[in-house]
Amino acid sequence: MLEGEKMQNYYQKEIETMPVEEMKKLQSEKLVKQVKHVYENVPYYRDLMDNKGVTPDDIKGIDDLYKLPFLTKADLRDAYPYGLLAKPLSDCVRIQSTSGTTGRRVVAFYTQNDIELWEDCCARAIVAAGGTKDDVCQVAYGYGLFTGGPGLNGGSHKVGCLTLPMSSGNTERQIQFMMDLNASIICCTPSYAAYIGETLQEKGYKPEDIPLKAGIFGAEPWTEEMRRGIENTLGIKAYDIYGLTETSGPGVSFECSEQTGMHINEDHFLAEIIDPDTGKVLPEGSKGELVFTSLDKEAFPLLRYRTRDICVLSRKKCSCGRTLIKMAKPMGRSDDMMIIRGVNVFPSQIETVLLNEGYQPNYQIIVDRKGNTDTFDVNVEMTAEQFTDTVSGVTAKEKALANAMKTMLGINPAVHLVAPKSIVRSEGKAVRVIDKRKLHD
Amino acid sequence: MALKQLNIFVENKKGALVEITETLASNEINIRALSIADTEEFGILRLIVNDTELASKVLSEKNYLIKTTEVVGVKIGDAPGKLSTALAVLDKEDINVEYLYAFMARTEKHAYVVLRVADNSQAEKALEDAGYHMITDPDIDKL
Repeated sequence: MLEGEKMQNYYQKEIETMPVEEMKKLQSEKLVKQVKHVYENVPYYRDLMDNKGVTPDDIKGIDDLYKLPFLTKADLRDAYPYGLLAKPLSDCVRIQSTSGTTGRRVVAFYTQNDIELWEDCCARAIVAAGGTKDDVCQVAYGYGLFTGGPGLNGGSHKVGCLTLPMSSGNTERQIQFMMDLNASIICCTPSYAAYIGETLQEKGYKPEDIPLKAGIFGAEPWTEEMRRGIENTLGIKAYDIYGLTETSGPGVSFECSEQTGMHINEDHFLAEIIDPDTGKVLPEGSKGELVFTSLDKEAFPLLRYRTRDICVLSRKKCSCGRTLIKMAKPMGRSDDMMIIRGVNVFPSQIETVLLNEGYQPNYQIIVDRKGNTDTFDVNVEMTAEQFTDTVSGVTAKEKALANAMKTMLGINPAVHLVAPKSIVRSEGKAVRVIDKRKLHD
Repeated sequence: MALKQLNIFVENKKGALVEITETLASNEINIRALSIADTEEFGILRLIVNDTELASKVLSEKNYLIKTTEVVGVKIGDAPGKLSTALAVLDKEDINVEYLYAFMARTEKHAYVVLRVADNSQAEKALEDAGYHMITDPDIDKL
């Protein structure tokens, strides 16, 4: 690139702006190879294919994808830890794992090449958020088994940003490094970004005092209202990033400046939307369960993995120039979805109510079962605006909030206002749901 | 005219009151009167102190939820029946008292009642018309 020329806002332009027909051809070639690789090296999946009467020869391109069997989280649990591994352990260089909060820990394996491609995906996201080698990128996702820190750390290196490997927590230190070293991009969970924003505000910093220009936030559901809140407090543009440990980690899809959905890195991850009840593939634009096929993963190549995320895909032309298919923000992962008194409840719905009613999205849902009835309690951190000097004033606020939630959800929670910062935040990821019901095993 | 009252949201957990009172003590803030409204889950601690602004600042720094409200402070005699006589004045005017608490003077034979009503000036006028004296923030150190 010539000096002085406007910086490209693509990391891998050829792929990111590839004409759709060419992309489909590329995906077809990769899929044929990948199915062979899996069939030959993963007895678990070979059995699934054999039971369905499908052979690798039946898969001649992406139009044959529907013939392949699905993988679910239950398969991952059954095959734990090595059952879905497609490479000898001697070729693997890393594992990452989910938090296992739902009691179903997933362990994913990576070859060096898997790591490179994953980091490329994260680099695409950073560049799409305006990142260049002149940026200082503060990675405040947890480092370790959790994919957030390692993924964005690698992406940041690839872009050439000065990387601050902060990991999550120790907010005082986060703020000190941010201010002293002029961090211009921050990567963390949206709830941690909101928390850092609140803390900066308490310290008297105005958005214009904060050096950040962009944030890349993911790993938990968040709402448009929350995005606007974070953007205003920190004075940044907030970009969504999506991923799951099963496919690699963050960077499966990412937002561009248009902020209207996330571009899927579909040269690596082939996406489908299915009817979650029948498993039938739905046409583009339909709402359904998101399914991914890893086209390039060597060590842990999941074919037709059901994410349980409910969303919509779209090939509508994007103003950023990328041709990569876009996915809408998932309406909720069915792992997060609770069924309380027979009603589906997503934490994101609670969050929307809180923001509409003038509260911060700092809350915790506690579900239990007394006799045969579910109890449904929501603790919400109170702010100075809601606090009054009378008990009746506080209980009236609780009641009003409970009514607003009932309107949204159809069932009545018991709302409890609690002291600010009293809800535990672990690894910067707020613990949103505590389900004490023993319905299984 | 009115008296400043500091309201602090307190979760019902061990040590909460100790931390609050220690914070006030280490900042040389004197508590002249207090009351607590409590439920199973939380309490609201209401304080009349000699420096409301400083108290509010040091407690906010410890992440307590603080709100300052204005209440009515009235001086009454320290003898049987004096409180009911004062309350009867308000009752006659249909003024509803949300809550109240009282404290003693150090020297004089007087007590002071802190009243939370919907309309401070209405209550103050009714009491003053009946011959009562109101107390305000500058009085607190002297009482």
